[in-house]
Amino acid sequence: MNETPLWASESFWKKTAIWVTAGSFLILVVLTMDSLSKTGAGSKRVPSYAVINKKIDYQYDKALHKSMPVIGENEFLFGKEYTEEEARQWVDLGKKTTQAKNCMNCHTLLGNGAYYAPDLTKAWLDKGWISKDMREDMMVKFLMDPENNARTFGSNRKMPNLTITEQEARGIIAFLKWMSSIDTNGFPYNFKTIEAEE
Amino acid sequence: MSMDTSGLNGVMQNAAALYEKSRACLNNFKSWVQLDSSHLSDGRQLAVKYFTVAVILFFAQILFGLLAATQFIYPGFLYEILDFNVNRMIHINAMIVWMLFGFIGSVYWFLEDESGTEVVGLKLGNIAFWVFTGAVTLVVLVYLLVQIGPGKDSSLWFINEGREYIEAPRWADVGIVLVVLIFFYNVVATFSKGKWSGIAGVLTLDLVALAGLYVAGMFYMTNITHEQYWWWWVIHLWVEATWEVLVGVIMAWSLMKLLGVGRKIVQTWLYIEVALMFGSGILGLGHHYFWIGTPEYWLTIGGFFSALEPIPLVAMVVHAVYDAGTHAFKNGNHPALAWIIAQAFGNFFGAGVWGFMHTLPQINIFTHGTQWSASHGHLAFFGAYATINIAFFYLAMQQWRGNVWMGGGSQNAWRWKWALGLLNGGVLGMTIALLIAGYEQSFIERAVEGSTWGGYFAAQNHPSFQNAMAWRLFFGSMTFAGFILLVWDLLTIGKGEARKAPVIIES
Repeated sequence: MNETPLWASESFWKKTAIWVTAGSFLILVVLTMDSLSKTGAGSKRVPSYAVINKKIDYQYDKALHKSMPVIGENEFLFGKEYTEEEARQWVDLGKKTTQAKNCMNCHTLLGNGAYYAPDLTKAWLDKGWISKDMREDMMVKFLMDPENNARTFGSNRKMPNLTITEQEARGIIAFLKWMSSIDTNGFPYNFKTIEAEE
Repeated sequence: MSMDTSGLNGVMQNAAALYEKSRACLNNFKSWVQLDSSHLSDGRQLAVKYFTVAVILFFAQILFGLLAATQFIYPGFLYEILDFNVNRMIHINAMIVWMLFGFIGSVYWFLEDESGTEVVGLKLGNIAFWVFTGAVTLVVLVYLLVQIGPGKDSSLWFINEGREYIEAPRWADVGIVLVVLIFFYNVVATFSKGKWSGIAGVLTLDLVALAGLYVAGMFYMTNITHEQYWWWWVIHLWVEATWEVLVGVIMAWSLMKLLGVGRKIVQTWLYIEVALMFGSGILGLGHHYFWIGTPEYWLTIGGFFSALEPIPLVAMVVHAVYDAGTHAFKNGNHPALAWIIAQAFGNFFGAGVWGFMHTLPQINIFTHGTQWSASHGHLAFFGAYATINIAFFYLAMQQWRGNVWMGGGSQNAWRWKWALGLLNGGVLGMTIALLIAGYEQSFIERAVEGSTWGGYFAAQNHPSFQNAMAWRLFFGSMTFAGFILLVWDLLTIGKGEARKAPVIIES
């Protein structure tokens, strides 16, 4: 017998390829609609931009076995309370600036990017800013003149001067503060924030 | 008003002299390489144009990679002249674009053969080639000379979008889609005029997806979770789905031509590969949705389907090696076949094994955003995509010289063998070095120090990381040496060869 069995025939695999591709793509489309609806700004996982008016922390949840963002009482950014629209504008300026300055080809954001400089996902909460009182001021100065306010941690790697204006620096900080409030399923793991007690 | 025109005349004279000189150089070069384009059909002449630009961009990829690798060891190197982010951006962009040029060239290479007719929109194809090449040149010049802009939309439209892999400014995005649409038209119109085949059908549907997906990455969003969601649609569904299928198509055609494998076998395998590739790769996209704010179900879906992604790659190895074996490796183009076998293994190890190693969320939470990704990226892009393009460069050179013998007993065969060895050895060496750095980062920065900035630098300053970076630069230089040898070999192979290649008949 010389006949090709069905499972080895061209037409069987052609049909399989079409059905598998179409089916997978359909599932992806459904999941995409669901994911986008659950991650809009103002959702449970991705807070509204006005979250920059609040105290943000990232604490290990023993029941969930992972760290979760914790949003606390009022803690204004640059001493001012913003409406949702004002906050969105600040975050937008910051986000756009991080793209225009090509931050992602040294840093990672949400873990994606390049590996020449630290991850920015929880940069707002990092202990590197020493204390909460100094944080905003240090961040503005660092962003505007990283050469003279270098924070190299003994690596000799310095951020270049990217001609960031004060307005843009404040935008970036608003963006970083907002980003630190996103529920990232526990990434990064075991992160101790500036709020944590030693 | 009087104007001193002597200065201007001087400039004009210099420019004319420079033009003459470069023309003389080009003519010298042409008489040295002795390539005769009359051996090639019009469609294949267009293909070799794409291949030429691909090789130049391959050079740019390696060059800027070496600069960035040097900066890991000497952070002051080119500081505030060509910073790491500029070098790294050109390194990865040149890679994406040279591979695209290679793929488009490869398709033009076999389009007439597969369809049995001439390329329909050849003139349009040539215009698209020059537009694409001009646009790429302009984008790179802006990357180098302007580098960054203020935090405004205009920066994203005209300088760069600041998004890894698809940094090209928005105007160029529109251009890329137009060029791909022209290419798509040429493919469909040519097959329609000539004859369709299984290979043609898969190729056409794959190109629809390729062009369509790019559009998903062309929008600015304030919400970084949404923006990265769509960004991965482009990156993942390109390199882990549509590009893989494109390579399957190219591989299928080349196994038929190179070894004489029967069409029925090749096409059945192609359908199996498409089913497995899209069946695992489309939902495997979920492994990029673990930590960007998207719901938890992606941990399960992404983990499960991406763990299946190596399976089609195993199938491709079996396919290539089995077919080569049953034909006793008899073929008229040894370097091309060697690179195709390198592709099968490189794809399996680089994309399959190295991808699988860190794809499950339980390990990925420690490895995500470390040099693990760089390790995987180097072996996967090289193994899956650089290799197949290089195989096609050799196929093209053979025909460009008039279908000469490139099998056993060729002159100067050491060159292609050493180029193969140095390039594969160099990339593998970089991969291992980066893997060591990645392990070290996962332990020290992530597990022990808890991913703070202090932890990041503790890991970067560690001797095992520093040593790994030195080894990476060493193996990067080895890759560069292999590239130089490859170019020399491509330009000279088959020169003065009188024997013709054997005729391969489909079995």
